[in-house]
Amino acid sequence: MSDLTNLGIAALRDGFRAGDFSAREAADAFIAAVAAGRDLNAFITETPDHAIAAADEADRARSAGELRPLSGVPLGIKDLFCTAGVQTTAASHMLEGFVPPYESTVTSKLFGAGAGMLGKLNLDQFAMGSSNETSAFGNVISPWRRGGDTVALAPGGSSGGSSAAIAARMVPGATGTDTGGSIRQPAAFTGTSGIKPTYGRCSRFGIVAFASSLDQAGSMARDVRDCAILLEQMAGFDPKDATSLDVPVPRWEDNLSGDLKGKRVGIPREYRVEGMPAEIEALWQRGIDFARDAGAEIVEVSLPHTRQALPTYYIIAPAEASSNLARYDGVRYGLRDLPDGAGLQDMYAATRAAGFGAEVKRRILIGTYVLSAGYYDAYYTKAQKVRALIARDFERAFETCDLLLTPTAPSAAFALGEKNADPLSMYLNDVFTVPASLAGLPAMSVPGGLSAEGLPLGLQIIGRPLDEQGVLDAGLAIEQRAGFTARPDRWW
Amino acid sequence: MTNAAEGDGMSTYRIQGATGDWEVVIGLEVHAQITTNAKLFSGASTKFGSEPNANVSLVDAAMPGMLPVPNGECIRQAVRTGMALGAEINRWSRFDRKNYFYADLPQGYQISQLYHPLVGEGSLMVEADEKAGIAAPKTIGIERIHVEQDAGKLMHDQHPTRSYVDLNRSGVALMEIVSRPDMRSPAEAGAYLRKLRSILRYVGSCDGNMEEGSMRADVNVSVRKAGEPFGTRTETKNVNSVRFVMATIEYEANRQVDVIEGGGTIVQETRLFDPDRTETRSMRSKEDAHDYRYFPDPDLLPLELSDAFLSECEASLPELPDAKRTRYETALGLSPYQAAVITADVETARWFEALLGETAVAQGKSEAEVAKTASNWLTSDLFGALNRLGVSIGDSPVTTANGAALLALVADGTLSGSLAKQVFEIMLETGDAPGRIVDERGLRQTSDTGAIEAVIADVMARNADKVAEYRGGKDKLFGFFVGQTMKAMAGKGNPAAINDLLKKALG
Amino acid sequence: MSVDLPTVRKIASLARIAVTDAEAAAIVPELNNILGWVEQLSAVDTDGIAPMTAVIPNSLRLRDDVVTDGNRRDDVLKNAPQAEHGFFAVPKVIE
Ligand SMILES: [Mg+2]
Ligand SMILES: [Zn+2]
Repeated sequence: MSDLTNLGIAALRDGFRAGDFSAREAADAFIAAVAAGRDLNAFITETPDHAIAAADEADRARSAGELRPLSGVPLGIKDLFCTAGVQTTAASHMLEGFVPPYESTVTSKLFGAGAGMLGKLNLDQFAMGSSNETSAFGNVISPWRRGGDTVALAPGGSSGGSSAAIAARMVPGATGTDTGGSIRQPAAFTGTSGIKPTYGRCSRFGIVAFASSLDQAGSMARDVRDCAILLEQMAGFDPKDATSLDVPVPRWEDNLSGDLKGKRVGIPREYRVEGMPAEIEALWQRGIDFARDAGAEIVEVSLPHTRQALPTYYIIAPAEASSNLARYDGVRYGLRDLPDGAGLQDMYAATRAAGFGAEVKRRILIGTYVLSAGYYDAYYTKAQKVRALIARDFERAFETCDLLLTPTAPSAAFALGEKNADPLSMYLNDVFTVPASLAGLPAMSVPGGLSAEGLPLGLQIIGRPLDEQGVLDAGLAIEQRAGFTARPDRWW
Repeated sequence: MTNAAEGDGMSTYRIQGATGDWEVVIGLEVHAQITTNAKLFSGASTKFGSEPNANVSLVDAAMPGMLPVPNGECIRQAVRTGMALGAEINRWSRFDRKNYFYADLPQGYQISQLYHPLVGEGSLMVEADEKAGIAAPKTIGIERIHVEQDAGKLMHDQHPTRSYVDLNRSGVALMEIVSRPDMRSPAEAGAYLRKLRSILRYVGSCDGNMEEGSMRADVNVSVRKAGEPFGTRTETKNVNSVRFVMATIEYEANRQVDVIEGGGTIVQETRLFDPDRTETRSMRSKEDAHDYRYFPDPDLLPLELSDAFLSECEASLPELPDAKRTRYETALGLSPYQAAVITADVETARWFEALLGETAVAQGKSEAEVAKTASNWLTSDLFGALNRLGVSIGDSPVTTANGAALLALVADGTLSGSLAKQVFEIMLETGDAPGRIVDERGLRQTSDTGAIEAVIADVMARNADKVAEYRGGKDKLFGFFVGQTMKAMAGKGNPAAINDLLKKALG
Repeated sequence: MSVDLPTVRKIASLARIAVTDAEAAAIVPELNNILGWVEQLSAVDTDGIAPMTAVIPNSLRLRDDVVTDGNRRDDVLKNAPQAEHGFFAVPKVIE
């Protein structure tokens, strides 16, 4: 029954309901795919027992007529979500062996909806990175390869384990988190779909924090419908997160429509950045044509502070991270490095030097610096002001359009090792995704086509606050027209 | 820079140095634990004296992914406190993170309020106290009140090479009440603290229990020659009694004068008070990294207070000590001394008001008519007894109802003053109602004229010589007859009646 | 604004991350590169703009004052590198 791994979330759910196969059969198929895909290093921890238990429960529920929304669906969980009784590492040595006695709200909702967990997916350490090369548990290797070579490519980051596992058919869907593009960019790199909802839609409770004002969980899957199904079960008000939005979760799946009649799709002129590769330009134009074909009116809009979004992000995110990661001190959990004769403060310094990877340290140091005495206003306050301007740009743009359409990333997937020598060039990868993160807006990436080298390219749709429906609808409209059926050749 | 507080109540407290007199400038930052069931940002209990790490949630232990959610009661109590201090309440405030590393601080930061505190400027008045050198009432400015988390506790004496961390207090809500540098003597600082404690207890926002750490003060002290700008200050942290605060100031002021007059300079630093040696010492170990990198806590949104919230806070405020004191003097006719003594602590005032109400009912009179009797009895008899027994008024063996009953028995002539004292002693021992004591022990006063006359006749008969002497002009003997009559009646005779009847009988 | 070696050492110490001399020296140009780049924000006119305080319009909810948590010492201490007698243990701190 190995062809069950060809099914996405909707197909698995519906086929299982229809009695075409048992949940256990589906779980077994994916468990086997996970085992067969270890060369990709997409998982930090495999949890076949969890998936089997959920499948057996789903099979029991089916015979008892007690089906739940995700009964029969096994998922991958980014290893940034705390899972009760299952090691949660944030891909850092700092948390190696950490077994939370609690469950994140998002995973608890998913499991409550009947889903099982195939394992904890690899990621950039503490979600800091755009290529999955900062993981303490090794790089994730994209299942995609350029036509004619075997160079290992980045699956994107930080949700690179999620994107790789979906693209390689090891999981039908996965959770991701997005702080500056960490769902959308890996989705774009792997020919999969991913949505970051409005800030506050999904509870942050139990998700290892990177930058609190930006972190947002979202769904990643093979297509738009699957993203909608998954997100519907992840989202919802949580009294345990003070920034959680107390609004009902719409029935995104039921309301899904690829018809964009009456919608105005804005094309932000500032996204036409200098040196944009011609194939990205062409992809964008194709997306515009798809949207028009789906009935949308295309309007040009301006987001004047687009260029400032990345530097703004690289002040705010490290500042918050420097404080959020202060709790990793070797006292209550995680790694402790206690050199001979060391006092408390030496223990902290040794533990944090040993536990954090280079990129995490770099961001903590930047964050510490920009918050330090004498620099706070020049950096942090200034960045929060520019952030307000960036949000205002979007508000103004949304006076003349309903959605924005842009490329997701400035290029197709790059090779592992290609960019990690220069942090800045890596940061620039998030140039198109970061603005929506700073403004807390819902945004998704869907595959739009292939590069000349045969690699997937993604289109990004950004919506008004809480308009995930509009974003998903536009995603579907593009998906229906892009006819993206390419899959990586199986080499692993 | 001159000081606003200098206009009223000038202090004469000076440190006499070799180069002349030095004035002491004091500001206090009081950390008061807000009385709540649960912690500021977690649902764990605030109960004192629990097993180590029992009152700890995963939020308090700063487990990965745990988030703070504010407890409304903490905000409400801080707002009410601000209102009680006549302070401006900021409808828009927010929480900031104060970042530093210490084993009692699990998050690596304390959630506090630096940039936009909940409560702005207010003030508090301390009474004149001649004996303490406070010549006139003095207003002490309050700069701000903000809400923040308490830290956990480190124990150093349980293991030779390890310190132990208990997070029970971690995350308990504190109000930090920051005064202006308006105090000029240890006495003023002591009076400020006592008054602040009194107000907090009235409001119900803090139990003021310094032994359990519910109130601690950071003591900022500097010295200067009169009329000169402020000197450099030191901050002595976490001083936990009024007496120690006063001792800290005394020591620190003298130390600073010695340093300056010895040619040295004062360094702005954090110090620690050692109660065993009554001295302060530098805490340089904590100085090295004083860059707290405050920034708004991104896990929390700005705190915006609604009109309804503020009205409820205002409406739920009790009558405060100053107002109560004035009312006792004007409406109840109490002496300033008694009004001050009774209103100083909320528990005493509550006890008094219950007593007053029950006394008025028992005697069918207005409260104003019985106020003096009730306050006299409370401040002399009951306070004296409680002092002797070493218990607080909350643990008084005599209830307000029994106190009122006792006063009623005196008022209706059932008990004489001396009988009342006897009955009161028995009440203290047994907690019984006075009526029952009177009945069971036959302690009722006799006003029966016939009975008293009979006793007088007998006394006169047994002391015919003294009667003659008295009638011969030795007036002083009248007391002797009173005593004899009283004694013969075992103290139960009505003294006024005895007086009258004796006068008549002796002619 | 650019950082030098002593500044890097100071930041690392504030952040409690031990760095070797070689690491500190390597961090100097890295941080300067990044800080030089974010410096471009100083050119943005932000007069009269309030710093962003909430990403999405939302107001802070207040919890009721009820005890809903605690009494889970085993959970709290479960992952501790060193726990003794119900406490977390750390190297002795001299105050
Ligand atoms: Mg202080
Ligand atoms: Zn404080």
